This record gives sequence, C-alpha cells and structure tokens, in this order.
Amino acid sequence: MKPARARPSLAVFKFASCDGCQLSLLDCEDELLALAGAVEIANFLEASSRVLAGPYDLALVEGSITTEHDARRIREVRAQSRTLVTIGACATAGGIQALRNFADVKEFTSIVYARPEYISTLATSTPISAHVPVDFELRGCPVDKGQLLDVITAFLRGRAPGVRAHSVCLECKRRGAVCVMVARGTPCLGPVTHAGCGAICPAYDRGCYGCFGPKESPNTTSLASGWKALGASEAAIARAFRTYNAGAEAFRKEGDVHERR
Amino acid sequence: MAPTAGARAFNAGELDALLQALRAEGWTLAGPRIRDGAIVYDEIGGAAELPAGWTDEQAPGRYRLRERDDRALFGYAVGPHAWKKYLFPPSERLWTAVRSGRDVGVSEEQAEPPPLAFIGVRACELAAIAVQDRVFLGGERADASYRRRRENVLIVAVQCGEAGGNCFCVSMGTGPAAASGYDIALTELVSGGHRFHARAGSERGARLLSRIETRAATGDDEEAVRALLARAGGRMGRTLDTRGLPQLLQANLEHRRWDEVAGRCLACSNCTLACPTCFCSAQEDVPDLAHARSERWRRWDSCFTGDFSYLHGGSVRASIRSRYRQWLTHKLSAWHEQFGSCGCVGCGRCITWCPVGIDLTEDVAAIRSGAGAAQQERREQDT
Ligand code: SF4
Ligand code: SF4
Ligand code: SF4
Ligand code: SF4
Repeated sequence: MKPARARPSLAVFKFASCDGCQLSLLDCEDELLALAGAVEIANFLEASSRVLAGPYDLALVEGSITTEHDARRIREVRAQSRTLVTIGACATAGGIQALRNFADVKEFTSIVYARPEYISTLATSTPISAHVPVDFELRGCPVDKGQLLDVITAFLRGRAPGVRAHSVCLECKRRGAVCVMVARGTPCLGPVTHAGCGAICPAYDRGCYGCFGPKESPNTTSLASGWKALGASEAAIARAFRTYNAGAEAFRKEGDVHERR
Repeated sequence: MAPTAGARAFNAGELDALLQALRAEGWTLAGPRIRDGAIVYDEIGGAAELPAGWTDEQAPGRYRLRERDDRALFGYAVGPHAWKKYLFPPSERLWTAVRSGRDVGVSEEQAEPPPLAFIGVRACELAAIAVQDRVFLGGERADASYRRRRENVLIVAVQCGEAGGNCFCVSMGTGPAAASGYDIALTELVSGGHRFHARAGSERGARLLSRIETRAATGDDEEAVRALLARAGGRMGRTLDTRGLPQLLQANLEHRRWDEVAGRCLACSNCTLACPTCFCSAQEDVPDLAHARSERWRRWDSCFTGDFSYLHGGSVRASIRSRYRQWLTHKLSAWHEQFGSCGCVGCGRCITWCPVGIDLTEDVAAIRSGAGAAQQERREQDT
C-alpha cells in the first residue's frame, strides 16, 4: 500500500445550492469505499469535519455565485485547485436562483425576508465559469451519480470523461420508452436537453423538464414550434425554459423569445 | 407472390396453439403488445396478450392507438420498436478486462442468447433484417454478437392487411407481401370467418404448422389473401419515387432543401434509433475507480450527435444541416455502394417518431422537383 499522502486529494466546495449534488457523492454507497481508497478526501464538509489545507488535486464545486463574498471565495478555490470541476445546474448554469436574473432582486428580498436590509446579495446568480476557468462542467439537477463517479475517475486517471452531450432522446429510445410527444401529444424538452438522467420522465409518461440543461446544438426554436403545434401557450413554453437551467444561454434566449410574446 | 403449394389455413383460435407449440420447443416469444399508448415488441406468453381489436393511426410526428371494429390481432402497421432491439441491443457489454498484478486478462462476452421467436414480423421488417444481416454479417468480419443472436431467431411473419399512414413499402419494393426470410408467413383474414392463411418458409416452419389443427388453404382463402395485400398496397400513406435516387441526391448536395430541413431538425436522433436498418453505435469504456477492471460497452449512437463525427479537434459535422444530409444521403444513396441495396425499407418509423414530423419522402420530392432549379441557381452564383 502506498503512503496516504501519495493519493490525489479531493475537495468539495459549496456555493449557492441545495446540497443535492454533493449528496449524490454520498449516495454512491457501493463505490464510496473504493473512492475513499483512491483519493484523500481533503475537504468535504457534508461527509467529514476534517479539513486539510490546499492545494487540492481535484475540486468539485457545487452552487452558483450570488454574493460578493462568494465571488471572492471561488477565486481562492480556483487558486488552490489543480483541476476544477463544477457539478450541477447551479454551478454550470446558475440554478433555479438564476430566475432573479430576469427580475428585480430587491423586490424579491422585500417580499421574502422580514428585514431585507440584512440581505447582501448580487443582482444575478451566475455559473462558476462566469468567474473562473473551469476544467469540466457536469450537468444535472441533481447530477447523475454514475456520471459523477466517471468524471472523478477520469480526472484521477488523466483521461477524458465519458459524459456525452447528446439529447435525452437517445437514452429514451435505448430504454425502449414510447415517445410521449408523438404518442401522447405531451410536450417534452428531451430533444434539446443534455442526456444523463437515462430519460426517467418519459419512461413515466411525462415530458422531460430539462434538468440537464441544453445539449450540444440545441434547436430550441424548432422544438418551441413543435410545442405550439401541440397546443402549448407562449407562457407555458417560456416557463419550460425558465427552470433550473434558465441561465444556460440556449434556454435563456428561447425563454426570452416566448416571454416577450 | 404466387402461393406456395401446400399453403394451410387455420382458425384464429388456433393461433395460440402455434405459439404454445413454439414455447414447448424452447422458444421465448417476442411479439406485439400494448404498452404506454403504443404497440411495442416485448416478451409475450401467448395469443391473449396480442393487441386484439387495436390499430395505429400514424402521421408525421404523430401516433395514436385506435380501437378497430373487429377483433383483428395484427390489425396495425408498425410501432416504435423494431426487431433490431433483439439482434443489435441498445446497450451491450462486449468484453471485460481485469487486472491482476501486472497482467491484464480480457474476457469476451460469450453467453448464448435465448432462442427467440419473433411473432408478427412485417414484410418491410423482413427486408430490414436482411439489410442488417448484410451490414453485420456480410464482408470479411462478421459481428460475433449479432451472429450469435441472429442464429437463434425464428421468424413468424404476418403480411399486412392494413397500411399505416406513413408506410411506403410498395415504393421500396419490400412489401406488403412477405417475400422471403421467414419460417412461417401468416395472413390474418377477418371477414368470412376469422382465420389465418399460413405458408411455411422453412423445414422447421412446416414442422411447426404440422403440430396444430390446420386444413389445406382453399382457392377462396388464396383469393382473400390476394385481395387483402392488393388493398394494403393500394393504401400506402406515403410514396417515394426511387428513380435515379442515389444520383439525384449526390447531384444536389447544396440544395436549399437541406437548409430548410435543418431549420426544423432537432438533431435529436429519434429517426435513426427508430429506423430498423440504422446500425451505428458508440464504444464506451467503463473503468472502475480502483483501475482494476474495465468494461467495453456498445451503445446505439446516431449520425445526428456531435460526438459521432468527432475527430481530433472537433466534430466534422458541426451543423444540423450536415448531419441531416449525412443521414439521408447515406440511407438513400451511399448505402447502395456500401451494402448493395437501399438503406430504407419504407416502414415510415422515422416520419412517425420524429417529434417535429420531418418526412424524408417530402424532402426527396422537394429535391426532385426543384433539382433543375437549384443547380441552375448554383451555376449562376458560380459565374
Ligand atoms: S419522450 Fe421526449 S425524450 Fe423521449 S424520444 Fe420523445 S421527445 Fe425525446
Ligand atoms: S411498410 Fe408495408 S410491410 Fe411495412 S408495415 Fe407498412 S404496409 Fe406493412
Ligand atoms: S429510413 Fe425511415 S422509412 Fe426508411 S427504413 Fe428507416 S425508419 Fe423506415
Ligand atoms: S429528423 Fe426528426 S427525428 Fe431525426 S434528428 Fe431531426 S428532428 Fe430528430
């Protein structure tokens, strides 16, 4: 057995988020022991209160940037991390909290908090990549644990992650699900959404909600026309693009188009 | 096609006896059944699970089940699944590498697939299986996994009495009559007494038919089969003019139709995955964390994904236009050179299961009608 410090170090950092993505890591019950053997967990507050000082070989970053303080902190994290991978919709697209980007955050705080003057927040929620260089972005709300393990292994071994940027439809067809758009007339975001979940929703007779954000070359304009042909209103289309990945460019633009109409 | 001497007929009620005879011989039955609003192919136990009294209504981007006014068991066209899911599974492990010390041992998947009897294979699907046979088994290097599965399949075809809204087998010369490639070919006759006309296409097919209650097919049965096939053939939902098609597409690689269709195409891959002849796959390695074991998987892939044409530095086909064009020109043109036939059998799945209803027969018609004009335009631009 090699000495402990020869193992690469792994650190997990949290910004504005719900913790769901880092919990996916704890959820890898079967693989957790192997993971603990393969890396030194230097900073993972959800799992252990022991914190080792940087630098870290691999940093997983969850959450978006919503405060001045976090905007500074992410730069410190970047400075201490050889490889920085963002995990989840918040870190890669700004998350559901990026809905503030389309509204007045002051108005929100005045409605939500009894003493809004104590709230110090930015007007926007932005992805980590808007602040520092990112080595890889893993999508999903939450991320898929299989993909998360693959990404960790890939960076530990110096190979490219096996994550594919194609549509959810491939996963849907591979599992033999019947297309809900075609057979039920149910609007589905699958054709423009990044794969990763295994097409869970269509397999349960629902349209895809776009949890993994835009796939590569998403033709959102054509899909929106398809939704309209199925009877979806402009408001419904706008809302579909304004969820966890509202801040991702392709979804933001398509949402803008239908919000204006 | 002329009826084979010795064609048989049997009452609809006897179909289950045929299916049970197959099971008794050790075949697992895969056939049509209703699931999630469609007729899919799945394991079945007997005739009671067939979609009695149901049909499918198909249009570009649209599929609906509808009740028939009779109890026909095979009164639909084709659904979202193709038999390729059994012969070329959506995801399969090819081999596993295990490290022990400094050695790496590789073990290929060898498991014998269970013998499968396909129940209700359409004429276009027989043609599609023949196409995939050429793809996977033709040439110098046969695909071992496909071969193992293919050799363990028995085929009960059912000729179509009903054409779907997106069918065009007549244009492709693949149906609705089953020409070859089956063990038994059935035709379901509903009026004048619910019964099946049966023709054996192999020794084992003939042997199976001898194990159930049949009678010699009469002239009336033969006439009813002919009339049914003629009716289906006359009611194709689509047509595709195939005259000089490979050359037509090659001569129109810059036609404006490609831009037009690229505006609508989602590059979602549904057409290719629903297509019974498309065969592309990606090889994926799945190593474990400890780096002691790695698996090689083969999964359905598509020319509509960016990764599919990734070479060092990027995707060769970055635009949706180039991906759609690749698909159609491969299927209808380059396929001839590569595999000696067209890659399309006219089943209409790509039209039905495209979420935005893109219809290849319309694209070809548009290119054909505008062919002269487009070339003219280009010549003018060039000068
Ligand atoms: S149900 Fe949705 S994800 Fe599945 S094939 Fe249809 S459009 Fe794609
Ligand atoms: S294309 Fe022809 S053989 Fe295929 S389902 Fe339609 S009618 Fe039947
Ligand atoms: S290209 Fe379309 S119509 Fe032709 S065989 Fe494939 S799915 Fe059927
Ligand atoms: S033609 Fe239709 S099914 Fe095929 S990739 Fe384009 S949108 Fe998807």
